[in-house]
Amino acid sequence: MSAIPPYATTGQRLWHYTFRVICGLIFFFLIAPIVVVIPLSFNAEDFFTFTPKMLALDPEGYSLKHYRDFFTNTDWQAALWNSVRIAPMATLLSVSFGTLAAIGLSQSHVPFRRAIMAVLISPMIVPLIISAAGMYFFYSRIGLQGSYWGVVLAHAVLGIPFVIITVTATLVGFDRSLTRAAANMGAGPIRTFFQVQMPLILPGVISGALFAFITSFDEVVVVLFVGSAQQKTLPWQMFIGLREQISPTILAVATVLVVFSIALLTVLELLRRRSERLRGMSPS
Amino acid sequence: MSDITRNDGPTGPMLAADGTPLKRSLARSLRRQKLRALMLIAPLLVFVLVTFIAPIADMLFRSVENQIVSETLPETVLALRDWDAKAGSLPEEPVFAALAADLQAAVAAKTHTRLGSRLNYENSGISSLFRKSGRDVGKWDMTTDGPFREKFIEIDKGWGDIGVWQTIKTYSPRYTPGYFLNAVDLAKGVDGIEARAANERIYITLFLRTLWMSLTITASCLILGYPVAWLLANLRASSANVLMILVLLPFWTSLLVRTSAWKVLLQQQGVINDLLVWIGLVGDANRLVMINNQFGTILAMTHVLLPFMILPLYSVMKTIPPSYLRAAKSLGATDWTAFWRVYFPQSVPGIGAGSILVFIIAIGYYITPELVGGTKGVFISNRIAFHISSSLNWGLGAALGAILLVAVLLLYWAYDKIVGIDNVKLG
Repeated sequence: MSAIPPYATTGQRLWHYTFRVICGLIFFFLIAPIVVVIPLSFNAEDFFTFTPKMLALDPEGYSLKHYRDFFTNTDWQAALWNSVRIAPMATLLSVSFGTLAAIGLSQSHVPFRRAIMAVLISPMIVPLIISAAGMYFFYSRIGLQGSYWGVVLAHAVLGIPFVIITVTATLVGFDRSLTRAAANMGAGPIRTFFQVQMPLILPGVISGALFAFITSFDEVVVVLFVGSAQQKTLPWQMFIGLREQISPTILAVATVLVVFSIALLTVLELLRRRSERLRGMSPS
Repeated sequence: MSDITRNDGPTGPMLAADGTPLKRSLARSLRRQKLRALMLIAPLLVFVLVTFIAPIADMLFRSVENQIVSETLPETVLALRDWDAKAGSLPEEPVFAALAADLQAAVAAKTHTRLGSRLNYENSGISSLFRKSGRDVGKWDMTTDGPFREKFIEIDKGWGDIGVWQTIKTYSPRYTPGYFLNAVDLAKGVDGIEARAANERIYITLFLRTLWMSLTITASCLILGYPVAWLLANLRASSANVLMILVLLPFWTSLLVRTSAWKVLLQQQGVINDLLVWIGLVGDANRLVMINNQFGTILAMTHVLLPFMILPLYSVMKTIPPSYLRAAKSLGATDWTAFWRVYFPQSVPGIGAGSILVFIIAIGYYITPELVGGTKGVFISNRIAFHISSSLNWGLGAALGAILLVAVLLLYWAYDKIVGIDNVKLG
């Protein structure tokens, strides 16, 4: 398919290469904005464009001062610390509730399955601003607004659809006779779950956890409304920075986050391959 | 029929190992299985209902709730019941006396300014009327200081304005459609529903703009996503996997990172303008304005949402056998006919899935328009956020949110019909 057949006319050859160029441009559009940020974050000046010195590859044009600012500025450090405190807790909640429910949902007889699924997926569908507004109203009523646990609960519920989707997808390929065999050999339900089922669905659970983690780690709308200044997370700090006084430190933070997402992507890809191998599929 | 006769045969009903009839034993085991599944789901369901569904319900409730008037001015609302708002005369003394009593209690509880700001949304000027009157009324002696009608008008002529009383009467019920009417540029007057003043009509325009921009973003995502998805689906697996990373990396990169990248690129002193000046396409004096307008929002959001279009398209195209195209060509179709009559119709489910997904996400987007949209490129969600955090008109924000929510749920229902929510794939 990818090669041109030898009998292709000149017009067909021309179109083949034009098409490749068009696709190349679209890929460029996708990736360039992210890549451009990286060299700009080493700018020695407080500009958002390439200085003549940078273009001449003069070492004096580059510096680590924006990174230094990120790692020493108390605002940024507090924001980073908040993100690190909130996201894992939210992930833990959504993964433990979500995995349990996904196992329940994949049983053969579940009454109201469609309705339950619709409710559980809804946090992903409802626009964030509406969730944020509703949570702001409701959490103020019950005194959770502006508290650590308010933000954690809000982020946990936003991550749940991702856990449900990935774990149910893994459970589709799960061989039920294994749990029956375990029960037959005298293992209780809890032991069966942790020693037989869990290791097999672990790749799905971990990738669900990564989705839940990144949802919380990257979330800004809900935390803006549900949180108070004490829960200011990294995206919140970036949002303020972009809206009010845009400082080049943001580019350094952005670069750190890009590296972080590359790491996440790699982990996810390795997990996908492992899960396909476990299910006896050929990795494609 | 034959089943029943067999069951009722001389040997009696079929029995399970423990001696109960098999039918009952099976039903019990099925019931137990259902119960166990529900027990596993229950904790999460309760969790989602409390932390998510209840807030949404609360928001919907607030979009019609209007208890503040009847709670702050209970006597006045009662007294106003007999007043004919259309007659064109001011209410009588008892109404003013009731207002004096209510307002005194409200001043003591410090709730009169809140009521003032609530009514100010419907009739601007009422807020200052309540604040000003509150100071004086607090000092009155209810038993000796009457009659109150002249005293009120003495404090502020606003109390002699029939419009003020009409507003109080119109908004005295405990629930009101007023916020929803406001959200579609209508108002509730004495004579029923009427259009707002021309300079206050902003929401229909905003809804239309949100719709138009979301459609534009969806269309540009489709135009850019289709060729890329085709290429990914038709390349050898090894090269497709490498190119797939270029799609997945933006998908996994923080939204704030991508938005800040666009903010940096599109500035007048930014990289794109510098490049255009350097090439000589644009003069240094008239650099392009690409940010804080609709162009900026559409460009940045197309970039943000493009992976959501490519991934569903790709998963559908992957299932179309390439031999169909070859068959069409060997039967004499030109390249274009083969694509348009054979390949394209089979990729339509992917187009539907991707387009609805992108549209659903786009229509409720907040962050990117807020940062690169300026004033002309903002969406309805930015207005909702404004009402909730700045103007504090929560009812109106909730009503706008409710309308947006209904639109999104309709689209979600369509998505479920076309694609099925179980078939959503991630990454």
